[in-house]
Amino acid sequence: MSAESSTPNAENATPARLTRKLVVVSAGLSQPSSTRLLADRLTTATVDRLTERGVDVSVEVVELRELAHDITNNLITGFAAPKLQKALDALTSADGLIAVTPIFTTSFSGLFKSFIDVIEPTALTDLPVVIAATGGTERHSLALDYAVRPLFTYLHAVVAPTAVYAASSDWGSSADAGSSALPDRIERAAAELTALTIASDRSSRVIDPFALPAGFSPVGGYGAQ
Amino acid sequence: MQFGIFSVSDVTADPTNNTTPTEHQRIKDIVTIAQKVEEVGLDVFALGEHHNPPFFSSSPTTTLGYIAAKTDKLLLSTSTTLITTNDPVKIAEDYAMLQHLADGRVDLMMGRGNTGPVYPWFGKDIREGIPLAIENYALLHRLWREEYVNWEGKFRTPLQGFQATPRPLDGVPPFVWHGSIRSPEIAEQAAYYGDGFFANNIFWPKEHYMQLIGYYRSRFEHYGHGTAQQAIVGLGGQAFMAKNSQDAVNQFRPYFDNAPVYGHGPSLEDFTEQTPLTVGSPQQVIDRYASMREYFGDYQRQLFLMDHAGLPVKTVLEQLDFLGEDVVPVLRRELAENRPASVPDGPTHASLVAARDAAEADAARETLTVQDAAGESGSDGTADSAAESDSDGSADSAPDSTADSTDAELASERS
Repeated sequence: MSAESSTPNAENATPARLTRKLVVVSAGLSQPSSTRLLADRLTTATVDRLTERGVDVSVEVVELRELAHDITNNLITGFAAPKLQKALDALTSADGLIAVTPIFTTSFSGLFKSFIDVIEPTALTDLPVVIAATGGTERHSLALDYAVRPLFTYLHAVVAPTAVYAASSDWGSSADAGSSALPDRIERAAAELTALTIASDRSSRVIDPFALPAGFSPVGGYGAQ
Repeated sequence: MQFGIFSVSDVTADPTNNTTPTEHQRIKDIVTIAQKVEEVGLDVFALGEHHNPPFFSSSPTTTLGYIAAKTDKLLLSTSTTLITTNDPVKIAEDYAMLQHLADGRVDLMMGRGNTGPVYPWFGKDIREGIPLAIENYALLHRLWREEYVNWEGKFRTPLQGFQATPRPLDGVPPFVWHGSIRSPEIAEQAAYYGDGFFANNIFWPKEHYMQLIGYYRSRFEHYGHGTAQQAIVGLGGQAFMAKNSQDAVNQFRPYFDNAPVYGHGPSLEDFTEQTPLTVGSPQQVIDRYASMREYFGDYQRQLFLMDHAGLPVKTVLEQLDFLGEDVVPVLRRELAENRPASVPDGPTHASLVAARDAAEADAARETLTVQDAAGESGSDGTADSAAESDSDGSADSAPDSTADSTDAELASERS
């Protein structure tokens, strides 16, 4: 029997390629936005590396600007309109996340935080994340580490060590004594996210919305009865 | 199929003229509204429980007791009774009392309540909402079914030899619904007891409730109370009507836009598309609610939210006329069509008494049969006593027991 005779469905055919699901959240407000620009550079670098490693990667970009009304309505009514729900579902089953926000008044933007606030507290558990931000001045670059990183840590996401901050000037400057150029920082973050994303099994997990807590009893568990 | 009204008892300014009824006026109006619910031929009036303004209904059994005296057929219920912060002993007593005074026209819907400070005001912790709902109800369930209760739990003082009084009317406790917006634990609890499950259905898209109700139905069957199709399901709903659909939209929009719960959020158009709120002609309301069973299965109770958001009582009474004259008679006909005979009607005191009697008769027959068989085989009687203990009429062993159950987060009680 020759190897050529095996059907595409045969168990012993070439091993199934890895598939991974990457979600990109951009909280930029202007059109076009430098926040989206940074998100796109990070996405391209990550997808290239995953493809090089033999991974089939799907990308879903969530532009928060387009969801701004739905996000506010969710805060008010407690439920997500269909378009927002689709974005929340994508995050819940993602293997990797690129999250980019402008820095406003020393922190993530209000829209970015409002979006985070409508995500189920457990929906990002174990999710590999690269955090990135844009700003007018490089003086706010630490906002990524004192504001954005703790946010994702609280949600039990796995935040890559390299966070990418792009000030306006970064788009037209090269490396200096203190730091590498923006493209190099993007590449380093993409490499970290690639390794974490390949290791993720989140998109293949089966989520049971009715899972009862361990040890739950419908009559109580405190020695009553 | 039971149709009715559920009220959250909010005292809200009418946004069209900025006038707010006094608490006294609003409380008297709720009695008028309840009487009207009976007059137009609906079946159920349910009242919420709150312990903070702008709501007036802190003492539902007082209000319902008064309404009981002013009505003849209306089934009185709650939306919801706070199973977390109330003492289950007091719930057992208050509602057994109401059940006697109302000649059995009483059931309850249990809810957890989502107003944070109410928990500490009553000495409880909102983070223990689910354990409170589970344990308190377990005690309530026993207090209505066992004469003398010994009890020890986590959340209240132990009881030794306690007898709740008065005993439930005819020895049959009020039926209980459990309401929940999103907690599978509560759906599980309702299924375990064979109690009803009420999905508020007002705030969230139907897909969410389809999943939750589907889960409850499958667990109801799992626990042996009947088929999934026979599980006892109630739905909330919301409508505003005028003869002409555009008039309904124009009249309701200021109330929608300023409603305490969803006002200043989604547009009326988005909200009516995404939730069961229907604003239009009576025919549009009929069409919308006749289709509910396609998503949730044949069900037992449909309640509408009508008096809220500052709508004047005159408008509420007009809306009840639409419901009673134009909508519900048609819905009763349409929902009866192709409804499988095995799907039960909404439980009433009479149906629960009949079910109890039937179960006891079955058990007695079974005992006789077993005794005969034992006699024939010359058994020493071991089989007899085993059979008797299995069939002594305990509600839990009766497969058709509808028992009681309660707990629902309701209209104003989103989690």
